Formats: sequence, structure tokens, C-alpha cells
Amino acid sequence: MSTAAPVLHGESPKAPPSYLQAGHTIKSWLLTGDHKRIAVLYLISVSVFFFFGSLAASMIRIELVSPRGVMLESDTYNKVFTAHGIIMIFFFLIPAIPAVLGNFLLPIMIGARDLAFPRLNLLSWYLYVAGGLCGVLAIAFGGVDTGWTFYTPYSSMYSNTNVTLTIIGAFIAGFSSIATGINFIVTVHKMRAPGMTWFRLPLMVWGSYATSLIIVLGTPVVAITLLLVVMERVFHIGVFSPELGGDPVLFQHLFWFYSHPAVYIMILPAMGVINEVITCFSRKRIFGYHFIAFSSLAIAGLGFLVWGHHMFVSSQSMYQGMVFSLLSYLVAVPSAIKVFNWTATIYKGSVRFQTPFLYVLGFMGLFVVGGLTGLFLAAMSTDVHLTDTYFVVAHFHYVMAGSNLIALLAGMHYWWPKMYGRLYNKKLAAISSALIFVGFNLTFLPQFVLGSRGMPRRYFNYLPQFQDLHVASTIGSWVLAAGLFLTAAYLLASFRQPKGMAANPWGGRTLEWETTSPPTTHNFEGQPVLQHGPYDYRPEPAAVGVKELAH
Amino acid sequence: MSTAIPSAHAHAEGGQTPFLQHHFREMSQQFDAAKIGMWLFLVTEVLLFGGLFVGYGIMHARHPEAFVAAHHHLDKTMGALNTVVLLISSFTMVLSVWAAQTSRKKLLVLFLLLTLACAGTFMVVKYFEYSHKFHEGLLPGKYYSHKGDTVPGQFLFFSFYFMMTGLHGIHVLLGMAAIAWLVWRALKGHFSSLYYAPVEITGLYWHLVDLIWIYLFPLMYLIS
Repeated sequence: MSTAAPVLHGESPKAPPSYLQAGHTIKSWLLTGDHKRIAVLYLISVSVFFFFGSLAASMIRIELVSPRGVMLESDTYNKVFTAHGIIMIFFFLIPAIPAVLGNFLLPIMIGARDLAFPRLNLLSWYLYVAGGLCGVLAIAFGGVDTGWTFYTPYSSMYSNTNVTLTIIGAFIAGFSSIATGINFIVTVHKMRAPGMTWFRLPLMVWGSYATSLIIVLGTPVVAITLLLVVMERVFHIGVFSPELGGDPVLFQHLFWFYSHPAVYIMILPAMGVINEVITCFSRKRIFGYHFIAFSSLAIAGLGFLVWGHHMFVSSQSMYQGMVFSLLSYLVAVPSAIKVFNWTATIYKGSVRFQTPFLYVLGFMGLFVVGGLTGLFLAAMSTDVHLTDTYFVVAHFHYVMAGSNLIALLAGMHYWWPKMYGRLYNKKLAAISSALIFVGFNLTFLPQFVLGSRGMPRRYFNYLPQFQDLHVASTIGSWVLAAGLFLTAAYLLASFRQPKGMAANPWGGRTLEWETTSPPTTHNFEGQPVLQHGPYDYRPEPAAVGVKELAH
Repeated sequence: MSTAIPSAHAHAEGGQTPFLQHHFREMSQQFDAAKIGMWLFLVTEVLLFGGLFVGYGIMHARHPEAFVAAHHHLDKTMGALNTVVLLISSFTMVLSVWAAQTSRKKLLVLFLLLTLACAGTFMVVKYFEYSHKFHEGLLPGKYYSHKGDTVPGQFLFFSFYFMMTGLHGIHVLLGMAAIAWLVWRALKGHFSSLYYAPVEITGLYWHLVDLIWIYLFPLMYLIS
């Protein structure tokens, strides 16, 4: 049954068409069960939301050029930053890497034909779009002004904006990510190819698995919490409003029980991408495979025990605060393990500074700054001063926005040839990666200084002495925007390039590079059987898998 | 989640049925995947209701007199009757799974219909309970209009009563739809010892719906 020959690269004349060629009708896309096509659908829709989220961000930055505002009314400003937060978190950061790269790669990386539940996967995309439409309609009908955190009792009793519709959107999008999470967990457990043991899984799979655990355990709690807010608005049920006998801090506990782990939902798949790219472009086996794999699970586990650090100043007892503070410090340990392992992987590797690797270096810089400033906020005595200042804004943009976005770009540049069979203009790619890195830091480094000097977040006006730093931040946002537009331009232009590209342009040594680029609908010809684990970057590596011609 | 499209591998190997989906290697893999998927879904359900149970517990602790006074408006007999009905339905569901596993088509249809009947009875009892509450003005939040209360704040209890039993009721209705679909497929002869995953995982779901009621009944009807 099994032959010793490695899986052949390239297309032979009788090979079946790639997943992109297998049907050209709109119906063949909108009713597809193919995880790769669903990933492309997600990529398009996530990009649209990212564009609108960024548009809101640049409106905020332009508004803050002057201490007295430029073009927005104060209540419009509240709606714009709320729209920015809700779109970016619920409709971009949470789905981006799992639903695009994870969806595309997870089955191929483990040698499966598809995710365990293809129709559930398609349903998750429709739920995502439905949730997103609710969010868009809420903005079109006049917007929301609660901030993305929907703090009660303002959101539940007093705000007369479209809170209900927005929450319904977030609620539906939550079920979309639950569907993806369940699908990933089952797929990793049951769909692995023969020979693909747990410790032969590429680390991207470990990251996606850990993220899925958080999604499955956290999202239902925020779903019911948001539903309670809607009920409070409609029926005045009294659970979160003190004048009715309720408890507003209960909302914060329930909300952050999900929303703090949600930060790790965003970062764990990002770290997974970094693992794959760093080892490929260092031409060296990843350092400390087991430590990286288990640190993902450790982050997922610890992530559920730290939500109280969002409530150091909201009536939480001091002793509770101390416990949450200590546990928050502990998250730094598995995070640092990863960073040290990546550094050790690069050390004495044959580093090739291709675009994906440039993004990896950017990721490590941003993640270290974001992670270390997190320790300032986990310490209660400093947090009392820094709560709700620009320091917090800068911190979470470094860890969840910057790191996530840059990891997504690293992954997109690494797997773009795999997804579409085409290469992009590498010179422009290098330039835009530099623009994005410089732009991001210019935008958010000044915000650390602003925050430590007392600039509160979400304020429409500010004291004149903060203007210089605000202007620097706004200029940074323009540099960042220029880099992103350039990226979009050359990636789209790559579709005009001829396809004659090697199936494995980077010399990757994981299973997804052992099939054609782009892959066929069934991913592999026959069933791959794994001979050894990933990342064999010796000069003359052994074949990762051999194929068994099943069926 | 677990339904299958008849695929080209219908007669590929011994022990396979037309319900093996194209991306699975064998029936046991497909069965295990469906089962793990359902268990994970049940975890999310527990956490979904968990948020409400936490809210209920905290509100109960803050307003103990109001909750005890309000719960006297509930009819313990009706609640107990519904508990018994659901327990019986779980038993008939177990028998349905057994009938499917042993390829007893007629018994499978019979037990599924019995389960459906119990679920229907539960909803009818719930309907009478709800109408009574509506009539008395025992409604959630600002719609609460019951006259003659001596303890204030009883609307909070009914906020949780309607949210928790309401969400549970929606789950019963969804379960009834799933069981009706199983009846239809059973009549078409889809299920046998080779393929019974949909019956099994619907059974898992049904037991959880039952279990949630087992917790709701004492929490709502029997507090002191």
C-alpha cells in the first residue's frame, strides 16, 4: 500500500485542479465545504472589517491633532472610538488568524482532507457575516457610544444609542468563533494523518488548539453576559443596575472572564505563525519544541485566572487584587519561554531576511515591549495610577493589535504562495514591512509617555502640553496607513503575476509544503503517512511524509 | 453536525455505510468526531447557563427575603410533574439509542415518539405555568405588576425565573425539532448498528437539557 517515494511536487498533467479552479460559480464559493475556500471567504470579509476599523482609527487620530478637536462632535467621537474597538476586536482580531490562516492550514498541516465538520465551518462564516452586518447596521443607524467594553449601568440603562443591535452582532459573532473552536479541537484530535503524533504537530497547530480551548470555554460566558445587558435594556431586569438592586461590577467580572482570555485568543495563533516562519527562515529546527507547545497551553490555562486585574480600581478587595496581580505576573513566564526559544532558534541559524522573517523580527520587538509594559499594569500600585490612561491604550495595542497584525502579515507573506500559487514583489514587501514597523511604533510609543503623564483614554479634549506627542502619534498612524495600503496594493497586484512558481518557494519543512501550491480540493493525492516530525532543516532532509494511495 | 451525505465510498470497504463523509477515513473516525464535537458543544452550553446560575446565586445572596417570598408564587406540583416527565424522557431516549444500536427500527421510532411526547408534555405544563404568571402580573423587570407584595424586589426573582426557564424551554424546543428529525430519518431506515451517531449525540444533548432542569427545579421551586 505505502510506497517509499516522497509526495511529488508540482502539477502533473493528470493532476486534479487546484481548489481555486474547482468550480467558478458564485454558488461553488458560497456553498463550499472546502476549508481553503472558507478561509478565502474569511480573508475577504475580515479585510473589509479591518478597513473600516482602520478608518475609524484614523478619524480618532486626526481628531486628536488639536487639544480642542478638529472635525468631530464630542458624542460623535465617542461613537467613532467605540466603532473602532468593536470592529477591530470582534470582527477582525479574534477571527483573523484562526479563521483565515488556521482554517486554511490546520487540515493540511496534519495531513487531513478537511476539518471534521465542513458544514459547521461554512455556518461559522455565515454567522460571522450576520454578526458583522448587525454591527454595521448599528453604526449606520447612528452608532454606539459605550466603548467596546459595554460597561454597565451606562450600556444597560442610560445610553440611548444602538447598544442592543451591536450586542446582538457581537453575540452572533461569538457563536461563529465557538463553531470554529469546536471544529479545530475535534480536527486535531481525530483527523491527524497516520504517523502524525501530538509531538509531530507543527507548533501553529498547538497554538490554534490552545486558542480553540479558550474560545470554547470563554465565549459562552460573554455571550450570556451580553444577553443579560440586552435583557436589562429591554425589561429592566435589574441584574446590573444598582438602583434596581443589581451589581454593575458583576458585569465587569463576567465580561472580563471572557475578554481577558480573548487577548490570548488573539495572541496564541499569532505566536503559532511566528514559530513556523522563524524556524523556516533560520534554516534550523525550532529550539525547545515541547516548551513552546506546553507554554501555549499554560497561557490558555493561566489566562482564565487573571481577569480581576481589570478591576483593581472597581471595588475589588485588596486581597483579591493581590492574587490576581500575582497570577498576572505568572503569565509572563510562558510568554518569556516562547521569546527565549525564538531567540535561541535564530542563534547560529542560517538566517534569510525575506519579508516574512522581517515581520517576525518586528513581532518580537513589539511583543516584548507590549508584554513588559503589561507587568507595570499587573502591579497594583502602578496600575492605580495608570488605569484608564493612554499607557493602557498603548500596552494593549502593542500586545494584541500590533503583535497580532504583524504576525498575520508574516503569515500572509509566508503562505501567500501556498494559498494562491503566486509570489508578490519582494522589494515593495520589504519597504512596507519597514513602514508598518516604524509607523506602529511612532503611533503608540508616544502614547506610553502620554499615559504616564496622565492623559486619560477616551477623552475628546486634552491639555495643551500633550499636543506634541499626540501629533507625533497621528503622524505615525499615517506612516502605518501608508505601509498597509502599499501591502494591499502589491498583494493584489500579485494576481497579475504569472503562476510559474515553485510549490515550496521558502523550502519549508512542514507537511503543508509537501503538496501542490495552491493545493487541490482534497489537499493531497492519497493519504500522507508521516515519517518524522516537522522542521528538519538539515541540508539534505528526509521526506516529511510518504503517500499511501488509499481508496 | 453529524449528518452524512451518501458519498462515492459507499461500498468501498466492509462495515462502511453510505453515510461515511468524504473527508473521513472510516466510520469509527466519523463517529468519534461527532461525539467529541457534541461533548464540546455541551461544555459551551454548561458555561452559557453557568453565567445565569452565577447571576442568580449572587442576586439570591443579595436579596434573600425577596427571593424566598417570590418563590412561593411558583407551583411546586407543576414543577415536580415536569421533573418526572423529563426524567422519563431521558430514559426513553436511552432506549432509543439502544434500539438504534441493535438495529430495531420499530422500537427506535416508538421510543423516539415517546421521548417527543414527554417533551411536549413538559412544554404544555410550562405553558400553563407561564399563563398563570402572566395573569398574576408576575413578570420580569419593569413589567412586574403583582399586587399586594409585602417584600419589595420580587421582580428580580422573576427576571431570573423567566430568563433561565425561558432559555431552557428554547433548548427543549430545539431538542424536539432534533428528535422529530431523527424520527423522520429512522422511518427512512437510515439507522442501524453500523450508523447511529445522530441518535447517540442527540441523546447526549437531550440528557444535558434534562440535567439543567434538574438544577433549575430546586433552585427556583424549593428555596428556603
